[in-house]
Amino acid sequence: MSKKTLIPIGPYHPLQEEPELFKLYCDGEIVKDIKWETGYNHRGIEKLSESKTYEQIFFLVERICGICSSSHPFAFANAVEEIADIELTNRAKYIRSIIGELERIHSHLLWVGLAGHFLGYNTVFMWAWKYREPVLDLFEMISGNRNSYAMFKVGGVRRDIENSKISVIRQVLGDVKRKTDLLTGAVMDDPVIHARTKGVGILTRQDIIDYAAVGPTARASGLAIDVRKDDPYAAYPLVNWKVITAQAGDVFAKAEVRLLEMYESISIIEQCLEGLKKEKEGDIAVKIKEIPEGIGNGRAEAPRGEVFHFVQSDGSNSPVRHKIRAPSYVNIATFKKSCIGQTIADATISLAAVDPCYCCTERMAAAYDSNSGDKIMNANELINASVKRTNEIKKTINSQL
Amino acid sequence: MGFKNYCFKKSLWVFHFGGASCNNCDIEILDCLTPRHDLERFGILLVGSIRHADVLLVNGSINIRDKERLIEVYNQAPKPILVVAIGACGCTGGLFTDSYTFAGPVDKIIPVNAYVPGCPPKPEAIIAGIIKLVLNA
Amino acid sequence: MDTESIIEKFKEEFNSDILEIVTKNQKRVIITIMPDSIINVAGYLYKTAGFRFIIASALHTKRGFEIHYHFSKDAVGLILNIHVILDKNNPQIESLSNMFNASNWIEREMHELFGINFLNHPNQEKLISEGNWAEGVYPLRKEFK
Repeated sequence: MSKKTLIPIGPYHPLQEEPELFKLYCDGEIVKDIKWETGYNHRGIEKLSESKTYEQIFFLVERICGICSSSHPFAFANAVEEIADIELTNRAKYIRSIIGELERIHSHLLWVGLAGHFLGYNTVFMWAWKYREPVLDLFEMISGNRNSYAMFKVGGVRRDIENSKISVIRQVLGDVKRKTDLLTGAVMDDPVIHARTKGVGILTRQDIIDYAAVGPTARASGLAIDVRKDDPYAAYPLVNWKVITAQAGDVFAKAEVRLLEMYESISIIEQCLEGLKKEKEGDIAVKIKEIPEGIGNGRAEAPRGEVFHFVQSDGSNSPVRHKIRAPSYVNIATFKKSCIGQTIADATISLAAVDPCYCCTERMAAAYDSNSGDKIMNANELINASVKRTNEIKKTINSQL
Repeated sequence: MGFKNYCFKKSLWVFHFGGASCNNCDIEILDCLTPRHDLERFGILLVGSIRHADVLLVNGSINIRDKERLIEVYNQAPKPILVVAIGACGCTGGLFTDSYTFAGPVDKIIPVNAYVPGCPPKPEAIIAGIIKLVLNA
Repeated sequence: MDTESIIEKFKEEFNSDILEIVTKNQKRVIITIMPDSIINVAGYLYKTAGFRFIIASALHTKRGFEIHYHFSKDAVGLILNIHVILDKNNPQIESLSNMFNASNWIEREMHELFGINFLNHPNQEKLISEGNWAEGVYPLRKEFK
């Protein structure tokens, strides 16, 4: 039996409460098995939440994940509003949807950049992150912070988007749309990216159902599940848009779904801005007296998939139980299907396709984890393997021209 | 000019350690390297191994499991090294001080040279922190 | 297919196992069942009725340990909570992980945080605690007077 190489990826992966260490067991070039360890990022948020009031919990759940920092408050608000049976004002609904969709745009741009980085296209990384900056500027203008917007509260939103700001938002969105055209063109037409991502990391429809994966990961395999359509909340039933799906289930399909979703997001925001003009300024929240006893199941569509919050209230100021499920919790488990049998060079992009986060490969490819006799590659070597593969494909394609 | 100042006179190479963080600080640190803020114009480069680094950036609250890893990383670092605690969680533990897995803010575990508060600190704040650190090293 | 007909069919299928049905609205239904029938119920929902497993939430209350299994029927936007109440002193229930992989991690997590035992789980080892808290401590359990 040949000696297996152990490749640790991680251990830090701070997208959800629990980041993990992935151990890829490889025989030659081929990934044979994958194991994970978690707990490096366990902060006990579910327990902390039981000691805070409903108003405070919004600030806590915002800090579950920095990129999805409006999705968790969104789902939590949906859960609490279900318990207390609250109907929002239209203006609050529009503002919530605008925040949610702006977040989707910046998150997908971030993903495109990182996917480019893993493939060896650092230019894509730099450009995508540069185009992301104006969106963060919008957040700063609306909420005062680039991330962690603190916009949500039970019964509405904390801050208004004044009508005078609408034209600025429109203008930035126009820019972002042009830049997205550019990126989409560059990604969709590049033969090297096609060669690197098509047929790689395939998840079939059955795999998705088995692992209960959600979000773009599921939609790229032909399952049209999207909480915004299935269980409409906020302003999504008031505007026109469609769910983007692809059939192939490979990395390319996931990239395609994300890129096309950005156009839908831009269109949703534009319609919401139009709706915002019709509503009275300042009418952003309803008064809440108390949260009665009961159970609430709130969900929201984060950039990565369905966020689910379960809240049980006993009528007091804070919940007795608050269960949180981030989309990556189910999506990450699909690595077992998408990575095994792939080459090491394809493993990074297969992992990245689910949009877990860059952090796992950016750092801590640990030297302390040496099993006797097993060779350990670090993250840089891993990315280098991927870059080398891209260069080889580039050469072949160039020589054919 | 002392030996320590001499060490940090030119390009600073930075290694990034994220504890139990929410990812916001991690992204803002990476953001510093992208075209808008472009820290590389000062010769600051993010490196993949602590053995190459002059500066250790630590963000996020540190949980019990991370604690050993942080000490291990600090011990592997070439000395002298500058340690920067980034964000509210890195400086004090922030929101997560009451958690059952919390193992203390960064400065209870390893010596810290500079603090950059904020949740998350803006890239401008991170750059300002590093510049202050270099001038006072 | 709408919520009423789904619930009607469920009632026909598992009449003797149901303890209580609470229909909050068209999109949220809570059904309390006998813990012994969880395998059959989950099998029916997953294989026959086309439900997607979202997650399971465990609670520690005065009644003992409770688990809500959340299932979603995406076509109608229905969240069906299958609710079971387990024994106070020896909480255990059949694992669903042999049916679908989605419940693998959450069952390990509930085992660590609450000490609920999942019978026939393929790999019920630690998921998050390793070094984070002591052996035999279940941080999400509560004290009742």
